[in-house]
Amino acid sequence: MAWVTVGHGTQRFLQAIPQISTLAWYTTLVPLLLVLGITAIKDLVDDVARHKMDKEINNRTCDVIKDGRFKITKWKDIQVGDVIRLKKNDFVPADILLLSSSEPNSLCYVETAELDGETNLKFKMALEITDQYLQREDTLATFDGFIECEEPNNRLDKFTGTLFWRNRSFPLDADKILLRGCVIRNTHICHGLVIFAGADTKIMKNSGKTRFKRTKIDYLMNYMVYTIFVVLILLSAGLAIGHAYWEAQVGNSSWYLYDGENATPSYRGFLNFWGYLIVLNTMVPISLYVSVEIIRLGQSHFINWDLQMYYSEKDTPAKARTTTLNEQLGQIHYIFSDKTGTLTQNIMTFKKCCINGQIYGDHRDASQHSHSKIEQVDFSWNTFADGKFAFYDHYLIEKIQSGKEPEIRHFFFLLAVCHTVMVDRTDGPINYQAASPDEGALVTAARNFGFAFLARTQNTITISELGTERTYKVLAILDFNSDRKRMSIIVRTPEGSIRLYCKGADTVIYERLHRMNPTKQETQDALDIFASETLRTLCLCYKEIEEKEFAEWNKKFTAASVASTNRDEALDKVYEEIEKDLILLGATAIEDKLQDGVPETISKLARADIKIWVLTGDKKETAENIGFACELLTEDTTVCYGEDINSLLHTRMENQRNRGGVYAKFAPVVHEPFFPPGENRALIITGSWLNEILLEKKTKKSNILKLKFPRTEEERRMRTQSKRRLEAKKEQRQKNFVDLACECSAVICCRVTPKQKAMVVDLVKRYKKAITLAIGDGANDVNMIKTAHIGVGISGQEGMQAVMSSDYSFAQFRYLQRLLLVHGRWSYIRMCKFLRYFFYKNFAFTLVHFWYSFFNGYSAQTAYEDWFITLYNVLYSSLPVLLMGLLDQDVSDKLSLRFPGLYVVGQRDLLFNYKRFFVSLLHGVLTSMVLFFIPLGAYLQTVGQDGEAPSDYQSFAVTVASALVITVNFQIGLDTSYWTFVNAFSIFGSIALYFGIMFDFHSAGIHVLFPSAFQFTGTASNALRQPYIWLTIILTVAVCLLPVVAIRFLSMTIWPSESDKIQKHRKRLKAEEQWQRRQNVFRRGASSRRSAYAFSHQRGYADLISSGRSIRRKRAPLDAIIADEGIAEPGAAEYRRKVES
Amino acid sequence: MTWSAAARGLHQPDNTAFTQQRLPAWQPLLSAGIALPLFFCAGLAFLGLGLGLYYSSNAIQELEHDYTGDAGAGSCAACAAQGQGRAPPPPCSCAWHFTLPELFPGPVYLYYELTGFYQNNRRYGVSRDDAQLSGLPGALRRPANECAPYQFSGGLPVAPCGAVANSLFNDTFSLWHQRRPGAPYVEVPLDRAAIAWWTDYHVKFRNPPLVNGSLALAFRGTAPPPNWRRPVYELSPDPNNTGFVNQDFVVWMRTAALPTFRKLYARIRQGNYSAGLPSGAYRVDIAYNYPVRAFGGHKLLVFSNISWMGGKNPFLGIAYLVVGSLCIVVGFVMLAVYIRFQDQDDDDNDDE
Repeated sequence: MAWVTVGHGTQRFLQAIPQISTLAWYTTLVPLLLVLGITAIKDLVDDVARHKMDKEINNRTCDVIKDGRFKITKWKDIQVGDVIRLKKNDFVPADILLLSSSEPNSLCYVETAELDGETNLKFKMALEITDQYLQREDTLATFDGFIECEEPNNRLDKFTGTLFWRNRSFPLDADKILLRGCVIRNTHICHGLVIFAGADTKIMKNSGKTRFKRTKIDYLMNYMVYTIFVVLILLSAGLAIGHAYWEAQVGNSSWYLYDGENATPSYRGFLNFWGYLIVLNTMVPISLYVSVEIIRLGQSHFINWDLQMYYSEKDTPAKARTTTLNEQLGQIHYIFSDKTGTLTQNIMTFKKCCINGQIYGDHRDASQHSHSKIEQVDFSWNTFADGKFAFYDHYLIEKIQSGKEPEIRHFFFLLAVCHTVMVDRTDGPINYQAASPDEGALVTAARNFGFAFLARTQNTITISELGTERTYKVLAILDFNSDRKRMSIIVRTPEGSIRLYCKGADTVIYERLHRMNPTKQETQDALDIFASETLRTLCLCYKEIEEKEFAEWNKKFTAASVASTNRDEALDKVYEEIEKDLILLGATAIEDKLQDGVPETISKLARADIKIWVLTGDKKETAENIGFACELLTEDTTVCYGEDINSLLHTRMENQRNRGGVYAKFAPVVHEPFFPPGENRALIITGSWLNEILLEKKTKKSNILKLKFPRTEEERRMRTQSKRRLEAKKEQRQKNFVDLACECSAVICCRVTPKQKAMVVDLVKRYKKAITLAIGDGANDVNMIKTAHIGVGISGQEGMQAVMSSDYSFAQFRYLQRLLLVHGRWSYIRMCKFLRYFFYKNFAFTLVHFWYSFFNGYSAQTAYEDWFITLYNVLYSSLPVLLMGLLDQDVSDKLSLRFPGLYVVGQRDLLFNYKRFFVSLLHGVLTSMVLFFIPLGAYLQTVGQDGEAPSDYQSFAVTVASALVITVNFQIGLDTSYWTFVNAFSIFGSIALYFGIMFDFHSAGIHVLFPSAFQFTGTASNALRQPYIWLTIILTVAVCLLPVVAIRFLSMTIWPSESDKIQKHRKRLKAEEQWQRRQNVFRRGASSRRSAYAFSHQRGYADLISSGRSIRRKRAPLDAIIADEGIAEPGAAEYRRKVES
Repeated sequence: MTWSAAARGLHQPDNTAFTQQRLPAWQPLLSAGIALPLFFCAGLAFLGLGLGLYYSSNAIQELEHDYTGDAGAGSCAACAAQGQGRAPPPPCSCAWHFTLPELFPGPVYLYYELTGFYQNNRRYGVSRDDAQLSGLPGALRRPANECAPYQFSGGLPVAPCGAVANSLFNDTFSLWHQRRPGAPYVEVPLDRAAIAWWTDYHVKFRNPPLVNGSLALAFRGTAPPPNWRRPVYELSPDPNNTGFVNQDFVVWMRTAALPTFRKLYARIRQGNYSAGLPSGAYRVDIAYNYPVRAFGGHKLLVFSNISWMGGKNPFLGIAYLVVGSLCIVVGFVMLAVYIRFQDQDDDDNDDE
């Protein structure tokens, strides 16, 4: 709005020049001051709020060594090189090098939910030497190491540096770095050295630029204001020419107009150009911007106040953190959603199991009868039981306790022994630290069923088996990785026999089963059932190993584990040898709990023609499983994978190249779909595939080219040309991908980094020109949230990063439907109606001057009193439209949610676009014509009722102004579809206010006080007591409004819009709704065969467990998640879902 | 819903009709039940009003005469020719003769009408000082700058200042009646009082405070506008009609909306003429002073009577008739469309 202010400032300046000051000084100054004042107040309030937020974070404290002692220091005072102390559950304030920790092995556990959205713990390990010597305050205070490290960058998974201390150098890697945003867990105290602070921290570097977001309507509005400016200049120029001509023809010979200045007609015309700029400036709506701000602010408050977006469990209301984007919420085309924490709760619960072919976990009592309602299983007999665990199958407990079926006990024993969970019993109850929530859920389940994992050492594991503690010797842990999709453990029982226990994905386990497995088919059926309930499944199996066989294998294992090259491959091969001829025990089913109402929300949004893309760092199977669980994918969806569409994209590229080379984009756009229409299709791709297809692959050739220095002009041109060609090709490829992806109803991108998330959003933004919304909860979503047109953060969790950079935040994914379908839609409709009316009302108001100029020699005479011009936009016509912009609703929130199809008006820009804009302007122009020409006709010859002062200028001005005020206020009445008492009050109040103020300004008293400022003395009372003038006003208003009524009625009858129809049947729908509420609709789960397995996609703690601290080589968990293994190992075979026939 | 008054969260929003956007509201729909009666009723009402206006306008009698004196028409042509190219033109008089065959019903109003005179020109319209005209002594001596070039004359402040005052219409008229042919002309009394708005005469225009009981002294040290032949305090011998409150002056100063305008000159309602102008021959003696031919304007004299709606103006009546009939036509069209599409709508409902 700055330039509008400047424009009006200029106008104020123009008005100060006497020759061209066509309006009194107050006419634009008063509105301008009002506008500036309101804007200033709003900005002030915003700034204060932002400062408060910043202050809160800046003033968090932690312990920093200062002058040899730890002192409580504010975060904002932490500097690079400070040694700080962090306690359990502290947020890490900067990127720090871990020096020492209170835990054994110099371990420090961190939760990285802020960074990657995963709540499972990762461990960090300090250098041995620092851990050894830097435990006490005094030694820390005298620590004089020197660190050389990389420049600040945004790679969360990489760090390179060297510590020089005590004349030795130690290499540093990401394993030893605690990143800002992590939370210290399960570690009493740890010490660290600040390496990057503030904006240099990796998380800040990763968060992308904060973009100043503006809405589509903002841009449109600006262009429209430019258009109006052009119209204003053209009109003024035209009238100025008219004036010059009139001066030459008439004015110069009119002796009564002599003004002592012998100006030429053309100079007078020139002066009048500026004069008309001032008179017609009300066409450019000065109060538009501030009114828009007020409306958006109000709508933001309605979002904040909405109880149906308030999450009472966490006492979190929805919050519109940006107040300028509301109407864009009604125009969303694409939603990009994070998975963990957004769609799901990131809580894994052990739901069901299949043991020996028998399924357990349904609601049943001990005698195998199923009940629809039965209380939870009572675990009080078990001292180790976790109170939060809920299970409903009493029959299973019965069986465990009776011990009739040994497989059942075996099953839970396996769960208790085969894992890489760490246990923490320091403070009372057992506390498990699992690398993945799935594993935690399984071990917790085993614990509740009587097989509690109690302790582990480097090579033993202690289990409480239904009360009896037994310790097993762990011979080997065959750890999980994403290729193996299974983990095994080899233990020696106290009795001396050796057993291998294995759990893993059904596909890999079934390949390795012994041929003689009686329950194979039953378990398979159970897996199918579990999958159809979108549970994550794992198969459990075991085998006995002969002493001799093990000894033989162990030799190979030892050899492989010390191999210097290709150790992983060698190990995998060795593992493969022993993991065969397994005996199936059963399967587990874990529920990755969706948030409440996710499937309903997604189906609603889909019906509103919104496409949903899930972007997750998780692996493909999990993502796909969730896709089915939240009904993004259904039984009749054809799922395409990245590899499937490679060829499609390739062919398309070929075709395009053949057609017009890289310049194909200049050729007329031919829209040819990639897929045959009419099929429901979904696309699942991975981050690595994305990288491959979208980013330039650096070929050797180009590398060489780069190395060479361009010698000649020719060469340089060649190079830039080839670069440009490459760029165009890349662009084409990206565009093709986006086109293809957008043909699918759902897209799931798995294993994507924060950067890639943002990139995907950006691609759609760029090539589809559609409005995008990104929703996420973790720091890994920050970039995408900032990139999308609208970012939504899930609040109420510990991490605040996503919320801080979001535009809207609320606690549950399901509130998204209300935010978009109700608030967004309403905001859009309100804003559009508001803008249309605003342009209309200013045109109707201003162009009367234009018509009048034909009758006054184009002399920039105004058709109204100056005071009326001053107050029209401020008092007489502003409140009703503001209230409509705040309160209007065409259909209620319930109906908006029930008919998501209503949402498409915003997506298609149906309510406000250039056509609508010009229609509004035309409406304004026609209204102004009626407003001028009917009074003109009435005033052509008229004589007052008593013959006095016929057809004087002031009465004419009052007549036109009265007709105008009544017309525009009645017009807003017609536009208002939701008449509350405030609306009614404001509409009639505005008219009353107009008459009240006019009679005051035209009164004798005010004239006596300010004779020069109030010149219309007596006009209102003299003019408005004449029935003839009232008849004129009535006719004018009627001619302005009746056609509008007729056109609305006809268009509503002939082409009713969706919302018209719904409004028409409002009553019936309401009755229906009440009736429906009584019927509970059950949702049937999709029934399809899906396999998923319950592991985190990173390696567990096996290395750590089995090796103590002697083995240094291990993979950092953070690295694994954020670096996306796909990128690191692009060749890694993707696990492909077997499509069962 | 999960919220309740008992367990209210710290950040829980208020559950009021306003914050939850549930304000009781009337959601009017433009249904046929509203739109069709509206159009038919409005149409009938407008037709009625239109007829009323049309007939009252038609009942009004007007008699007008262009006395500009173009191309030798009428006796004023000589005056017109005489004044050609001279400013100010010399005093001249001429007459207009007309005969009324029957009574011109009263009360009769005498207007002068000017055409092609842009009193609504902005430059002209602002060239006045309302403070001065409201009798403020300070403003009398220091006229507003808008009045230039009629702000000071020979170093003295102009009173009343500005172009509007300077161009005061200064033709005068007297009406003579001859009852029978050959009988002497009798002057018809013209009521020239109260021809301006009450508010103008009593509030907006005030003389400066008298000095020693004399208006002339009050205006001492001011100059009349250059085109005036007399100073402002000598506009009329009547002390209540001179200075800034001279009725002709006040009428003139209320500028017209359009370049063709009428201004009231006098009412005829006294003596034998209260019922109107009886039949007979009439003569209007015109003191022809005001030059209009330079800018192609015309001067007219108009006798008119008036009705409840004011003077003769058929526009509004005709406009009402047209709009009223259009309303009814559109009403029928809407009815037809409604009947045609109503069925379709019901079909839609059945499909649902």
